[in-house]
Amino acid sequence: MALAGSRGARIRSNIFAYANLAPYIFFVLFPFYFMVVTSFKSNAELYNLKSIPFWIQSGVITDHYALLFQKTDFVAWMKNSLLVATVATTVSLVISILAGYSLARLRFRGAASFGTAIFITYLIPPTLLFLPLSQVVVWLGVADSISGLMLIYPTFLVPFCTWLLMGYFRTIPREVEECALVDGATRMQTLSKIVLPMAVPGIICAALFSFTLCWNEFTYALTFISQSANKTAVVGVTSDLIRGDIYFWGSLMAGALLASIPIVIVYVLFLDYYVSGLTAGAVKG
Amino acid sequence: MAVGPRVLEAAGLREPGRRTRLREWWEQEHIFGYGLIVPAIVLLVTLVGFPFGMAIWFSLSDYWVGSPGGFVGLTNYRDILGNETFRQTVQNSFVFTGIALTLKIVLGVWLAMLLARNLSFKRVIRGIVLLPFVIPTALSTLAWLWMFDSLYSVVNWTAIRLHLISAPGPNWLGQSAYAMAAVITVNVWRGLPFFAIVVLAGLMTVPREYLEAAEVDGASSWGRFWHVTLPLIRPVLAVVILFSTIFTFADFNIVQVLTRGGPINTTHLFATLAYQVGLQGGNLGQGAAISLFIFPLLALVVFFQLRYVREE
Repeated sequence: MALAGSRGARIRSNIFAYANLAPYIFFVLFPFYFMVVTSFKSNAELYNLKSIPFWIQSGVITDHYALLFQKTDFVAWMKNSLLVATVATTVSLVISILAGYSLARLRFRGAASFGTAIFITYLIPPTLLFLPLSQVVVWLGVADSISGLMLIYPTFLVPFCTWLLMGYFRTIPREVEECALVDGATRMQTLSKIVLPMAVPGIICAALFSFTLCWNEFTYALTFISQSANKTAVVGVTSDLIRGDIYFWGSLMAGALLASIPIVIVYVLFLDYYVSGLTAGAVKG
Repeated sequence: MAVGPRVLEAAGLREPGRRTRLREWWEQEHIFGYGLIVPAIVLLVTLVGFPFGMAIWFSLSDYWVGSPGGFVGLTNYRDILGNETFRQTVQNSFVFTGIALTLKIVLGVWLAMLLARNLSFKRVIRGIVLLPFVIPTALSTLAWLWMFDSLYSVVNWTAIRLHLISAPGPNWLGQSAYAMAAVITVNVWRGLPFFAIVVLAGLMTVPREYLEAAEVDGASSWGRFWHVTLPLIRPVLAVVILFSTIFTFADFNIVQVLTRGGPINTTHLFATLAYQVGLQGGNLGQGAAISLFIFPLLALVVFFQLRYVREE
C-alpha cells in the first residue's frame, strides 16, 4: 500500500513494516521451534525447572523418536492417514469435477438450486453431524475402520471442491467447447479432452486442499475410531501418547512434527496454488 | 411379409438403433447435466441430509448408544436449557467467538496491510504467515498444551525471568479466565492467517489511483484507510467474517486438545459438550440437541451469505 514517495520515505516505511511483522512471525514460528527443541531434549532436562527451556544444553537425543516407532503404532497411523487422504481425495475429485462442470456449464432446470444446496452443505461444520454419522458408520459396518473415514470425508470435500472447480470451469471460454461439439465430439469427450486439460490448475488446487483437509481432520477421526492400529496420525499422536495424566512430552512433540511433515512438503511445493485457492473460494478458517 | 423384431435383430439393425437413441438422449444438455450431478447429490443427501434429519430425530428422542429410544418431544431441549453446564457453555461460546473473531478481524486487517507493502522476501514471509493454518490444528495445539503446562510452562518461565509476573505464575489451563484466554490465543494464532491472506487479496484490488487521489486531497493515512480502503474491501471482509463466525463457533479441535472443556466446564463449546454428553456419556438424544444449537447461527449466516451472493 505504500504510496509513491521519496526513496528515504520508502525505506522508512519498510523498516516500519518489518518491525511490526517481526513479533508476529515470532508468534507464528515459536510453537514449531519449541516442538523441535522438546522432541530432541532428554527427559532429565525437560523436567528440570532450573534449565533454560529455549535450547538444548545436555545434548541432542533421539529417544523420543525411538519410542514413537517402537512402542506406538505410529507407522500404521501414518499409513492410515495417507490411505484415507488419497482415497477420499480421489473419489471427491471425480464426483466434484462432474458436479462442478454440470453446474458451471450446463443449463437445466434446478441447476441454481443444486448450486445453492452444495454451497449450504459446504458451510455445515462436522461438529453438527458427528453424532448421527457415528451411528451411520455402525449401521454400515464400517465403524472403527478407516473405510468409514474414506466414506465420510467426501461429505465435506465434495461441496468444497465443487465450489472451487465451478469457478475454474467458468473461466474456460465456452466457444472452445462449442467448436468441439460441432465437430462431432460427444459431451463426455468435450469434458475429458478439452475442458479438463484446461482446468488442471484448478484441479491441482482442489486436490491439494482436499488432501490437507483429510490429513488434518480431527473430529470424525476421533469419534469413529477407537482401536489404536486404525487411527489416523493426527488422532493417534493426540491420544495414544497421553496415558491418564502422564504426558510423553518428548514423543508427543516428535509425533506432532513428523505427522505435520507431509503437509508441509505439499504446502511448500504448491504454495502459489494454496494462496490462490484460499482467495478464490473461501476456505474453512 | 411382416418383419419381426427377431429378423431385425438378426440383421444387426435393432441394437445400434437403441444405442444411438440412448446416446442421443444422453447428449441432451439437461439430461447430461442431471447425469453429472447425480453422484454428488446422492452423496450429500445420504451422508449429509439424512444424518441431519437423524440429528433432529435424536434430539427429540431418548436415544442412547445401543438402545433405539422413543419420541419424547422437547424433553431434551428442556433438560439442557435447565442445565447449569449448558448455560455455561452458551456463555463460553459467545465469549470465545466474540473475542477471537474481533481479534482476528482487527489483527488480520492490520497484518494484511503490512503484507501488502512491497517487501523483499515477500514470498517467504507470506509462506511463514500461513503456516499455522496449514499444519494439523490438533497437532499444533499439542505444542501449545506443552507451552501452557502447569509446571513447566515456557510462557511463565519467560515472564518470571523478565520480572513481568511473580513465580509460579498462572496455571493457564487450570484456572477459568486463563484457560479461556489460552483457548482464544490458540484460536487466533491458528485463524489469523486465513483473514490476513484473504484480506490481502482484497487489498490488491484497491486501485492505486484512488489512494493517490486521496493523498493529493490531503487525507491522512488513517483517513485513506477508513474512507478509501475499508469500503472497497468490505465485500471480501464480509465473506471472511461470515465463514469464520461459523467455524469459530463450531470449533472442536482446539478446546478438545487443550482443556476438554475444563476447568469446571468454563471452556466448553457446543461441540465439545455434545461430544462429552453424546459419545462419552452415551446420551445421543441430549448430545444431538446440544450440537443442534449451532444450527440457528448457521442458518443466519447462510441467509446473509446467499443474499450477498445474489446482490453480486
